[in-house]
Amino acid sequence: MKAIFKRELQSYFTSMIGCVFIAVVVAFTGIYFLAYNLNGGYPYFAYALGGALIVFLVAIPILTMRSFSEDRKNKTDQLLLTSPVSVTKVVLGKFFAMAVMFLIPNIIFLFFPWIIKMQGTAYIGADYLSILVFFLLGCVYISIGMFISALTESQIIACISTFGILLILYLWNGIISFLPSSAVGNAIGLIIILTAIVVFIFHMTGNFIISAAIEAIGVIATAAVCIVKSSLLENLLSTWLGKLALTDIFSGVADNSIFDVSGLVLYLSIIVLFVFLTIQAIQKRRWS
Amino acid sequence: MIEVKNLVKKYGSHIAVDHLSFSIEKGQIYGFLGPNGAGKSTTMNIMTGYLGATEGQVIINGHDILKEPEEAKKSIGYLPELPPLYTDMRVCEYLQFAAELKGIKKAKREESVEEVVKLAKLKDVEMRLIRNLSKGYRQRVGLAQAMLGFPEIIILDEPTVGLDPKQIIEIRELIRKLAKNHTVILSSHILAEVSEVCDTVLIISKGKLVASDTPKNLEKLMAGAESIEITTKASRSDVREILSGVEGIIEIKTEQKQDGTTYAKIDMEEDQDIREAVFFAFAKAQKALLSMNHTKVSLEDVFLELTQSEKQDLAEDDEDLQDPEETADEKIMEEDETDESNI
Repeated sequence: MKAIFKRELQSYFTSMIGCVFIAVVVAFTGIYFLAYNLNGGYPYFAYALGGALIVFLVAIPILTMRSFSEDRKNKTDQLLLTSPVSVTKVVLGKFFAMAVMFLIPNIIFLFFPWIIKMQGTAYIGADYLSILVFFLLGCVYISIGMFISALTESQIIACISTFGILLILYLWNGIISFLPSSAVGNAIGLIIILTAIVVFIFHMTGNFIISAAIEAIGVIATAAVCIVKSSLLENLLSTWLGKLALTDIFSGVADNSIFDVSGLVLYLSIIVLFVFLTIQAIQKRRWS
Repeated sequence: MIEVKNLVKKYGSHIAVDHLSFSIEKGQIYGFLGPNGAGKSTTMNIMTGYLGATEGQVIINGHDILKEPEEAKKSIGYLPELPPLYTDMRVCEYLQFAAELKGIKKAKREESVEEVVKLAKLKDVEMRLIRNLSKGYRQRVGLAQAMLGFPEIIILDEPTVGLDPKQIIEIRELIRKLAKNHTVILSSHILAEVSEVCDTVLIISKGKLVASDTPKNLEKLMAGAESIEITTKASRSDVREILSGVEGIIEIKTEQKQDGTTYAKIDMEEDQDIREAVFFAFAKAQKALLSMNHTKVSLEDVFLELTQSEKQDLAEDDEDLQDPEETADEKIMEEDETDESNI
């Protein structure tokens, strides 16, 4: 794992992508810092970070696109997968290398609240908490980007799909507000989501009986609830999916300076989930 | 050492490896021989744990490659068809990385990298970026990577492809040197290479093992079909008439050449030399004999016989049957091709 971690980190710097990534993240955040904190006189650096969230949409896909697709295209994955290292370690090595790449701009951010402090009042503790959550949110996006990179051989496809997904996550609240509030509408929405999950399970396992059984049970359960107690289903999707609004957790911490444990647990679980899915995607490729 | 049992690999409906079983003993050089698409690379990829098999088992030093992959992979060094090189690294950096990946202890790493650099003659290019290296040097870096830490089993997929003749000879010598302490498995479609280097040849065709023996035994297997080739000025019917008086002939094939001569291939019975008798028969008939060759069955013929017999079965199934003379020509052409690549 250490060997892969070191090599990845080194290659980010020799290939320029690493430097470009750090420069873009720091420069954009710097612009927001200039506008909100230095020019506007707002004492919280977290506010500038909140504005800089949009830089994730471009920076993260550039960082993650090559992680697995390049290996697959150049056949260097043959070296990694035939050496006495487990797939889990390969994935973790690459993930930590990317996380460290993102850690570097965050370390630079640690100085920003002190610059504010030089001008007057600053809230160092609250701002440091926001930087931590900002870093974790970046790691969540990195794990998603890494998973997509493991699915394809083309860096371009990996980059654009990751951009698309991050854009959806960025616009999450706006999209959710379009969801229907009626019980029937929610039931149909649930079934659509269920079907998507079942198709994914079928794609990963190839087991028709299990997939069909899950689909059948899900559809029957939803229909039963819809008939027996339809009030349960009203607004269900928008409340549930609203909880997955990843940027909201960050803005909650940044705006109110509240240490949101449940939010952090959610971030960490999503990271673990996508690292796991990446491992599975690579294992599966060997069998098809 | 390595045991492959009933290996099957399917890509969709295409069967790349079809119930392949063999076992590999310690301290020998094994050669996988087969035409393109025979399943050599797929088999090697499964043996090294890169691909999963649809069915069957690979056991390396008592460890199943699927159940205990890390233990099994420790005793294998693998050079795939395309050397798995990170082109943005320097040669020495890459080898250091590979050594760490293979779990070589830090104290020993420097030493083992130096050793393989010396063996693969990479000292001159050690500090260069792999991106800027020629194909031959890349192949050698790949080979150095496979030898790192000197695992018990070294698997090389077409190690001499893309190399110049001098490099080919060097790599063959290197493989022989390695075989003193290691088990080497290599694949090739170049017959001369396999017959020269390998102790045992496994001929694979369409994912099946069609033969497995030493090169000498394989030649012996086919030795019944010893033959002589002659070129003469007599006509085809004359040749048959003249030869009818000679004993020990099994079959005669004749062919009229454009320059008025006749070519004939005479299959003779085992352990008989009919060359003298043929000569005197023609002399008696006062027909000039322009040339006479004694052809022994080579590994090439064995290979063609074994791998093409299935092809011919298929051709017969097709309605447009090929002209037998055409296939004979094709055979000769293919032999020529392999000859060229052997130089």
